Amino acid sequence: MTRKQRRLVLIGSALTVLAIAAALVLNALRDSIVFFSTPTMAAEKSIKPGQRFRLGGLVQPGSLVHGEQLQVKFAITDGNASLPVVFTGILPDLFREGQGVISEGALDAAGVFKADTVLAKHDETYMPKDVADALKKQGHWKAEDAQKAKDAKAATPERAVR
Amino acid sequence: MIAEAGHYALVLALALALVQSIVPLIGVRLSEPTLMGVAGSTAIAQFAFALFAFGALTVAYVVSDFSVVNVFENSHSAKPLIYKITGVWGNHEGSMLLWVLILALFSALVAIFGTNLPSVLRSLVLAVQGWIASAFYLFILVTSNPFLRITDPPIEGRDLNPVLQDIGLAVHPPMLYLGYVGFSISFSFAIAALIEGRIGAAWARWVRPWTLLAWIFLTLGIAMGSYWAYYELGWGGWWFWDPVENASLMPWLAGTALLHSAVVMEKRDALKIWTILLAILAFSLSLLGTFLVRSGVLTSVHAFATDPTRGVFILAILCIFIGGSLALYAWRAPELTQGGLFAPISREGALVLNNLLLTTACATVFVGTLYPLALETLTGEKISVGAPFFNLTFGPLFVALLLAVPFGPMLAWKRGDILGAAQRLVAAGLCALLALALVLAWTRGGAVLAPLAIALAVFVIIGAVSDLTEKAGLFRFAPRVSLRRAVGLPRSIWGTAFAHAGLGVALLGIVCETSWNSERIASVKTGEVVAVGDYEARLDGLVQRQGPNYREQVARFSISRDGKPVGELSPSKRSFSARGASTTEAALFTSGFSQLYISLGEQNADGSIAVRAYHKPLVLLIWFGAVMMAFGGALSLSDRRLRVGAPKPARNKQRLQPAE
Repeated sequence: MTRKQRRLVLIGSALTVLAIAAALVLNALRDSIVFFSTPTMAAEKSIKPGQRFRLGGLVQPGSLVHGEQLQVKFAITDGNASLPVVFTGILPDLFREGQGVISEGALDAAGVFKADTVLAKHDETYMPKDVADALKKQGHWKAEDAQKAKDAKAATPERAVR
Repeated sequence: MIAEAGHYALVLALALALVQSIVPLIGVRLSEPTLMGVAGSTAIAQFAFALFAFGALTVAYVVSDFSVVNVFENSHSAKPLIYKITGVWGNHEGSMLLWVLILALFSALVAIFGTNLPSVLRSLVLAVQGWIASAFYLFILVTSNPFLRITDPPIEGRDLNPVLQDIGLAVHPPMLYLGYVGFSISFSFAIAALIEGRIGAAWARWVRPWTLLAWIFLTLGIAMGSYWAYYELGWGGWWFWDPVENASLMPWLAGTALLHSAVVMEKRDALKIWTILLAILAFSLSLLGTFLVRSGVLTSVHAFATDPTRGVFILAILCIFIGGSLALYAWRAPELTQGGLFAPISREGALVLNNLLLTTACATVFVGTLYPLALETLTGEKISVGAPFFNLTFGPLFVALLLAVPFGPMLAWKRGDILGAAQRLVAAGLCALLALALVLAWTRGGAVLAPLAIALAVFVIIGAVSDLTEKAGLFRFAPRVSLRRAVGLPRSIWGTAFAHAGLGVALLGIVCETSWNSERIASVKTGEVVAVGDYEARLDGLVQRQGPNYREQVARFSISRDGKPVGELSPSKRSFSARGASTTEAALFTSGFSQLYISLGEQNADGSIAVRAYHKPLVLLIWFGAVMMAFGGALSLSDRRLRVGAPKPARNKQRLQPAE
């Protein structure tokens, strides 16, 4: 083989691998990404039951109910709308009413959000960034919250996976 | 006083770094050996001052000097001494200081051990190191000064984030930084080669061991971080495709590719331009990792504080170094001479394939990590890209890579024989088929692909072993002869075999853990039993305990396996009053490579406590595999060729070295 042919083989195989990778990425991006939504956005977009997304907001005070077999029910609110959430498992240490959380899962036919992951943060002054941004956008952001968020140090993510 | 002295030392280190980045360049331009020689001494002095600054901060932590803001915010007088010391890098400012300290250390090492390098190359490399160091000293002094004082010093500090008060954290950041920053050496060598416009034999001989060293530390650092997350965060996960994890995986992938292409360059003088590009990419990805983790664009355990000026500053450093080096590459690379020829099927060809797959896999991780950030900046839409994305993209590419791994070392340089290689891998293939059959016959459930993945892991491991037996001539010679041959093999061959087998071992652990992991979440009272896998854990009681800076609730479990008692486990929940935070300390029972994992949840009103128990079969193989890879790297690093092969100017010195 000449130098040119060898180089062609190299370039050809490089392009093949890249094309395969690009196809894989595009395919995966279509199926496996998860959108973030607040209860208000979820209502506006009318998300279909079964479609996975991340729901973020504050845990509505007074909504937390511990059920049988470690099942918990609570509502996530963004001030305008709220969505009931069901989760089975151990909640993160700093999961509290009135705190910002993100949960991942899907709506069931009755419009209840079945979460399989709940994310909270270790630091009580902390609010997940996505939640803070969404609340700011909807005008539910108080100056002291902003100060708190600024003060927040070393916030640690905590995950509860069912 | 000590804080001011530390601050002053840091300013002096910056001044020295500036001298180191400019004067040697002038020296090279004017061909003036005295000016070029400045690089070495400034590099060593700069390291001394950085070490002094780091030492000053450490002293402030050890004596709990809360008049220093950084100490006040991250330490507590009741904290155990070890966590007072590790707390130095358990925060943004201190960890950046550790970063520059390691950078200065590497520069000093080049200055000390690089006396046999051509003087132009040595001064250029040190100058580039000086640029990087100057940028980061400026960053620390301008945006994240760890030595700031409080006018009205408080009596007690705010304590270190409790999850970081762990021995894993003592080791993980320095290891990771030794890896990240170690790639700066190959980067500086690449830039120096581009400026000089030529790459000689000294270049390849130097870049490979440094890359290898950085790679070993990065491998161990990633493994350590993963193990820390596994036992400290309390949910039993060891890899979450979290952006910060990806930030360390990307330089590892690029570094692994660099390691392999540098072999081609060293042995066959080919792939020069590509190796230079990889050297630039590996360090660029390290910088990107620093940016992602330190700038606050991501919220995670690593994002200590979000301050926009810091993000912008690091982004500027990132753009200047990555943009600048790639521009220099585009301008100068075509002038470098082409190297040796090789057929597509050859050792070189296999290494090119390895590079292709590794860099493509790295690119998919890059897309998955940065796509959500880019999308949010451009459209405001928030998405999260999680494990499913990476399983679908990174997974297949890595499977292809693993299939090819055993073939690589079997092929000859220049022109290889694929059929011959396949013949030598028949044993490995048969073992893989046997493993497949055994797994299919003995297990129920689990993923469909799991038995195939195990077969692949066995193929990789036995493939690595057959490379050794093949080279030692087992079955071809008498056993004694082949044993002697095996002992006489270069250590780099043993290193390759260990590292490749480690890959298979880690895969075995990953597959077994994900496919046959059993999990039980229950709410138990004293005397009740949680059963998971073959194990039963009986709750004997709950005890309160007082630690140095926390209170903990300990649950005592007695563990029995198939009815026989095997031990006790006491997971606990610690609450740290200074921060009002709590952590979950999981308890682990190890049997062989498998582990029983118990962590605690909330205590309920009726006195029962939520318990999460996992049985994780062969989970330790994941980290054992990584340690094997690092060990392989270390073996390869100790290879005779890298120690004594490099040309040395001083003849009499060489004679004094012990004979091998």
